[in-house]
Amino acid sequence: MDKLITVSPSPHAYGDDTVKKLMYGVLYALLPAFLVSVYFFGIGALIVTAISVVSCVMFEYLIQKYMMKTEPTVSDGSAAVTGVLLAMNLPTNMPWWIIVIGALVAIGVGKMSFGGLGNNPFNPALVGRVFLFISFPVQMTSWPEPIISRLQYTDAVTGATPLAVMKEGLAAGVPLSRLVEQIPGYLDLFIGHLHGSMGEISALALLAGGIYMIARKIITWHIPVSIFLTVFLFTGILWLINPYDNADPVFHLITGGLVLGAVFMATDYATSPMTPKGMWIFGIGIGVITVAIRVYGAYPEGISFAILIMNSFVPLINKYVKPKRFGEEVKNG
Amino acid sequence: MSDIIIHSIITLGAMGGAAAIILFLVATKFNVVEDPRIDLVEEELPAANCGGCGLPGCRAFAEALVKADDISGLKCPVSSSEAMTKISVILGKEIPEPEPLVAVVRCAGTPVSRPRKNIYDGAPRCSVASALYSGESDCPHGCLGLGDCVEVCRFDAIYMNPETGLPEVIDELCTACNACVTECPRSIIELRKKNKKDRKIYVACINEEKGGVARKSCKVACIGCGKCLKACKFDAITLENNLAYIDPVKCKLCRKCAPECPTDAILEINFPVRKEKAEAQAQD
Amino acid sequence: MIKTFPNGGVHPAEDKFAAGSPIKVLPAPETVIIPVSQHIGAPAEPVVAKGDKVKTGQLIAKSKGFVSANIHSSVTGTVKKIDRETDSSGYKRTSIVINTEEDQWNEGIDTSKALNRNIAAGADEIVRKTLDAGIVGLGGATFPSHIKLSVPKGKKAEILIINGVECEPCLTSDHRLMLEKGEELMVGIQLMMKALNVRRAIIGIEKNKPDALEYLGKLSSDYEGITVNALKVKYPQGGEKQLIKALINREVPSGGLPLDVGAVVHNVGTAFAVYEAVQKNKPLIERVVTVTGKELSKPSNFMVRIGTPVKALIDAAGGLPESTGKIVNGGPMMGKALNSLEVPVTKGTSGILLIPAAEAARKPVVNCMRCAKCISVCPMGLEPHLLMPATEFGKWDLAEEEKILDCMECGSCSYICPSGRPLLDYIRLGKSTVSKIIRSRKQ
Repeated sequence: MDKLITVSPSPHAYGDDTVKKLMYGVLYALLPAFLVSVYFFGIGALIVTAISVVSCVMFEYLIQKYMMKTEPTVSDGSAAVTGVLLAMNLPTNMPWWIIVIGALVAIGVGKMSFGGLGNNPFNPALVGRVFLFISFPVQMTSWPEPIISRLQYTDAVTGATPLAVMKEGLAAGVPLSRLVEQIPGYLDLFIGHLHGSMGEISALALLAGGIYMIARKIITWHIPVSIFLTVFLFTGILWLINPYDNADPVFHLITGGLVLGAVFMATDYATSPMTPKGMWIFGIGIGVITVAIRVYGAYPEGISFAILIMNSFVPLINKYVKPKRFGEEVKNG
Repeated sequence: MSDIIIHSIITLGAMGGAAAIILFLVATKFNVVEDPRIDLVEEELPAANCGGCGLPGCRAFAEALVKADDISGLKCPVSSSEAMTKISVILGKEIPEPEPLVAVVRCAGTPVSRPRKNIYDGAPRCSVASALYSGESDCPHGCLGLGDCVEVCRFDAIYMNPETGLPEVIDELCTACNACVTECPRSIIELRKKNKKDRKIYVACINEEKGGVARKSCKVACIGCGKCLKACKFDAITLENNLAYIDPVKCKLCRKCAPECPTDAILEINFPVRKEKAEAQAQD
Repeated sequence: MIKTFPNGGVHPAEDKFAAGSPIKVLPAPETVIIPVSQHIGAPAEPVVAKGDKVKTGQLIAKSKGFVSANIHSSVTGTVKKIDRETDSSGYKRTSIVINTEEDQWNEGIDTSKALNRNIAAGADEIVRKTLDAGIVGLGGATFPSHIKLSVPKGKKAEILIINGVECEPCLTSDHRLMLEKGEELMVGIQLMMKALNVRRAIIGIEKNKPDALEYLGKLSSDYEGITVNALKVKYPQGGEKQLIKALINREVPSGGLPLDVGAVVHNVGTAFAVYEAVQKNKPLIERVVTVTGKELSKPSNFMVRIGTPVKALIDAAGGLPESTGKIVNGGPMMGKALNSLEVPVTKGTSGILLIPAAEAARKPVVNCMRCAKCISVCPMGLEPHLLMPATEFGKWDLAEEEKILDCMECGSCSYICPSGRPLLDYIRLGKSTVSKIIRSRKQ
């Protein structure tokens, strides 16, 4: 033997998954939602996504190379995922400089300041989004008109999201039956023909992406399903108690950022619990907080805050919710 | 308006008073009487918590010092002798003068003297590699070069020399805390007496194989030939299991043994260059 | 529903290239190197000296202590030396080196191939013969079998489980043994049942061996109490605790033994060895070894004398491919990488796997991104992502609390990790350190 042989501890076989493959899998899963968005919002969607992804990748590269002085790992795709998710959370008429600020906060504050991939306690894209939401509330809450603003970017005609229509209307004492007329039909809501942030409009496309990720074992079903179930049950109870002042559970499920949040944001590896039991606790928490903010809170949509709040519980959940140990409780049958 | 002020003063005052009473009661009930000398002694210790004394941290060591009647058995390898004198004054107990020691790496197997025979591809820890197999070279006793000793050293006194792939001790920084000695899975590192000008002379090998086998696995291995034994006038060298060992206490640093070694396994460090060698170098 | 264990597990590529090649008997090599420690427990003590003539099957090292096993000469010849020789770990361990001459079997050994179904021996005699023959668990764990055949006082065995799972990819030695020595196996199982005083035995076989399932299923109808059970393919189903859970749905408690739930697990190879020891008086001097690899020209199964150098096996299977980058003693999941071809086959060698250089290196290590895949595949319900840093940074209390000692070192976590982290490397280190700490605490 001329060549040297390798010696290492077992195992000597390895699975196919790598960080890169998983991250690109998430990107593929986001593709349908992105295409729907391009269909409804046209060039705005393309510009916002491009700026967001490029600036996220660039900031990660610069920070790793010049501040952390490590080998940049941008090729693993995690910065690109953050970029796309941040874009998905923005209206498509967002001025470019706000997006760059959002990307800097998402990557710089949300991710790299904690040590990079896997060490961030909060979902970076949501950190960016919430920062922008608080800093630029006007730009963050004027959504362009779908289809007719295809060829417009920042000069698009804008309108309010169904959730905002509902919230403001109910607050102003407008009867629910009148409000429903101002909102697109459920089929339109489901396929994405509505005002909203770029990625949150089409529940259908997002669910398709979610099923793809579950099938490829990128994520497990526990978090999305627990969030959906909780939101459905909670809003369903409210609706049953008072169907005149509360929207029905189906409306809550298919509007706003709920599907985007439940499928793509809450399932972020580093910021979600690691055991199925923990995932249920996490999902239920997100569902309850989301509905509480939507129904009782100051904002029409609460999924971002709900996820960030539950993110802060993840270390605690991971510490106390353990997987079922083999042979721990002996149940012999 | 004055109502508000008065009410605030009364309620806040009452809350503060109640809290103070509770705190006082708790403090008296759970008060732990501790020997005040423990704190004094601890202040003199280096607070490195290195565990070199064999106890978990400096506080535990201070407690042990205060408790024990005879403290000659308790040694902090890190503390200076002044600090120990101060402690002995505080406690009124005798402390023997410690002999300064320094860590010495007893392996000189560079990639040249023992070529790499396979590639280790596991976790970069000597302890992991050592539990798995004999190592990248043919020598099952030699340094694995993955730097567990560097990791464990709290004083940055060991670094890996990238050329030789071996750890090197910086004598000025080494406190002889023994951490690397216990950490090394091959027991290569030894604490030896510190000599003038950091001079040392030692057998840089722990291979106990028979001469031929040892030599085959590494060119600078001790082959147990015993030539150094004959050269030593002070009975400082012993030969056991095909391995020579120079007793650091008996050794007088006369340098007679080193030139006798056929495999250059005896290292002389920080000595002036030998005459013959200097001449040879000059001729080159 | 086909059974399997419920939690964790992975599906590595099976790559059973040698499944179709019948067991060939490999002639004894010129010299054999027989280590005195081929089992878990105390090394055996040599009872021969340099220059002694030994016969095939003669005792050459005697078991020392309760957990230990006898060692027999696998050839006829002269003891060349008793010295420290390199074993599969690269370290030198005491071994008996014998120069081979023409085979001459030790007296009393029945070398005929005839099947002997007639069980004459009593329970004690079966255990004694197992002990005498130096039989150890041939699945790879090499735990002395006589201990597992004698039920201690106060415990009762209810069921014997025979492990024909061979969940380890690439290996086919158990598979071939089941196909070719089915009858002997059945008699061996009956002997074990008699020794343990149990009425039921289940042979667990994974679905990827339909021929073995069918053949043994047919045979088992002739033997009372023995059934064959098909299992879903999932690694590590051959783990003792996983197999018990899969077959009879009982969970061995943490830190406990299979006997705590009334089960005893033996490998098919062990059952065959017990047959030979009791019915033929033949000690354990040879075993079936799979020699395989993607680029090996003739992946084969050999009946090999213990002590044969690995090189002889590879030569018989078509020679070492030029591209070989790693040589593994055992399967790809739990096998041990070798650094030399001169090391001998021992009782625990179930296969020799040659991995091409292109697949030999590990994935580059990157940050843990807490994807929790290691948790979902751990068959013991542990959290490898937590145990690795606990070991890395010496948090032994945490490691112990998180049940590091329950780890069975199956390697599923390292296999699945997308970040290529050496989880098991550290966990293994942590296990040994924690058990040392526990031992020192007891003293």
